[in-house]
Amino acid sequence: MFRFLLGRLGLLIPTFFGVTLVAFSFIRMLPGDPAELLAGERGISDERRAQVLSQLGFDKPLWHQYLDYIAGIFQGDLGTSFVSKKPVLDEFLTLFPATAELALCAIIIAVCLGIPAGIFAAVKRGSIADQAIMGTALVGYSMPIFWWGLLLIILFSGTLGWTPVSGRISLMFFFPQVTGFMLIDSLLSGEKGAFLSAVRHLILPSIVLATIPMAVIARQTRSAMLEVLGEDYVRTARAKGLPPRAVVGLHALRNALIPVVTTIGLQVGVLLAGAILTETIFSWPGIGKWLVDSISRRDYFVVQGGLLLIAGIIMMVNLIVDVLYGLINPRIRHN
Amino acid sequence: MTNTSPAVKADQTKLQAESRNATKAQFLEFWYYFSQNKGAVIGLVIFSLLVLMALFAPLVAPHSPDFQYRDSFLVPPFWEEGGKAAFLLGTDAVGRDILSRLIFGARFSLFIGVVVVTIALVGGVVIGLVAGYMRGMTDTLIMRVMDIILAFPSLLLALVLVAILGPGLINAMIAIAIVLQPHFVRLTRAAVLSERTRDYVVAAKVAGAGHMRLMFKTILPNCLAPLIVQATLSFSNAILDAAALGFLGMGAQPPTPEWGTMLAEAREFILRAWWVVTFPGIAILVTVLAINLVGDGLRDALDPKLKRS
Repeated sequence: MFRFLLGRLGLLIPTFFGVTLVAFSFIRMLPGDPAELLAGERGISDERRAQVLSQLGFDKPLWHQYLDYIAGIFQGDLGTSFVSKKPVLDEFLTLFPATAELALCAIIIAVCLGIPAGIFAAVKRGSIADQAIMGTALVGYSMPIFWWGLLLIILFSGTLGWTPVSGRISLMFFFPQVTGFMLIDSLLSGEKGAFLSAVRHLILPSIVLATIPMAVIARQTRSAMLEVLGEDYVRTARAKGLPPRAVVGLHALRNALIPVVTTIGLQVGVLLAGAILTETIFSWPGIGKWLVDSISRRDYFVVQGGLLLIAGIIMMVNLIVDVLYGLINPRIRHN
Repeated sequence: MTNTSPAVKADQTKLQAESRNATKAQFLEFWYYFSQNKGAVIGLVIFSLLVLMALFAPLVAPHSPDFQYRDSFLVPPFWEEGGKAAFLLGTDAVGRDILSRLIFGARFSLFIGVVVVTIALVGGVVIGLVAGYMRGMTDTLIMRVMDIILAFPSLLLALVLVAILGPGLINAMIAIAIVLQPHFVRLTRAAVLSERTRDYVVAAKVAGAGHMRLMFKTILPNCLAPLIVQATLSFSNAILDAAALGFLGMGAQPPTPEWGTMLAEAREFILRAWWVVTFPGIAILVTVLAINLVGDGLRDALDPKLKRS
């Protein structure tokens, strides 16, 4: 197992350096001049421009800049935002809980609805219920989620007035951030109605973000279950007179869930990409919206740091999924 | 010197006829399995209708997609109160007919799908073939580069690429193609790895086939099935991603009647004119759904494991 883990980590190191190189080169390819961007509409003299570029380290040779950048990464320094003048890592850490809360809620919804739907469809293979579930899953899988979000806003916020259009909590409530997770912080604050307000703000973005992962999980669970239900040991379990519930729940599901766990892990990338759109629609103050805004404002260091951090998260999650898969399935480990 | 005796000629004609029959039989078998999936057939019909609509857009659309009717701003669909029969699905905030814009928009979406899949497929297949066939350092290097691309969420990478190249439809297509390419590379490489040691490849090598012939003529045709399915999935992903980029203001630019861009323009009216938001989204959903249905059917028809069950 140790060798397996070491091998996976070994693969990760060149990818990590590749990712730093991509993030580093991308921002140097972005059109525009960082010094002029910093100066804004006031304009900037040539002398001051040279001074600013030197402060930012942009006057050094590219390889030197890259080495400085790598050294900075290992010291937790990802540069400073042009707009807020705050360190990129601090901004990321402030905003990340908002995205994490949204993504966690989305994945909980996706798993809690997707897996049972997939199991039910597999057990009732060929029935109307199976066709309806798989049809719905395909619609979910094909959904342009930015449009889906707008439709839900029209219905639940516009017509019914049940949910707010944007933000994480009503402006009436103000309490210190303890965990950064609004649901937990609102409970800790003890303010009446704060938790409910947080839930009402969270529900629509979570549903929107959960849509595609839910569809993928339901489809994957169904096909994994169908494969397992045809195996000899399931037939044996049935033959020895176990009730269908036990056959499906105990014997089939446990084995069918192995590929589903991988699928759930792979949804992290989908969730982070989805967060870009979902956060933009619902003005959710997370890293997705932060990055989109930074790209359009050419906030160089934020784009560079954000790309690296997001790629880092995806790589870590993929590693964890790989290791988990190796733990569950010895065949993978020994290959 | 070529031998053209009547006996050899007859043999050649017979061989050609047999080869034609085999292709026909293969197609019939494929169609048999494909048509078993009713959803796939429905998807194919819808997709064909969309293609026809896109091709004959100027004939089908009741109005010009860009003409602004100054006396008809935000007219609702004809069945709603205040709707006009001239504008079946209503008009947008500057008085353009939504139905006509949707019909012309189909051209952009299908064009995006075709161009992106062509670039990603051709690039991905060539790189994947080289990686799988050459092995060694070349393979390691190529696969690490693909890992790097896959480490970023596709939409984020596409957004940054478009920011570098400049917003616009063509640049959005290039960015999406780059982002989708690794899937083709991985798939081709995996297929090549499983095929390259087969007897028919060894036989071709022994018979003196060069590297290019081995890669493109001997191995590639036997790896096509998973690539076709992936191409279909990528087609729908390309449409979705391009619409998302358009929605974020980084894809096709207004007044292009691209569906995602139409949604972006319509955002501020969502609470007072539902139709400007609803119809472009339905168009995207129906198109992507039809392609995904076809993709499911293709997977069923081309996967030998499913055929046996």
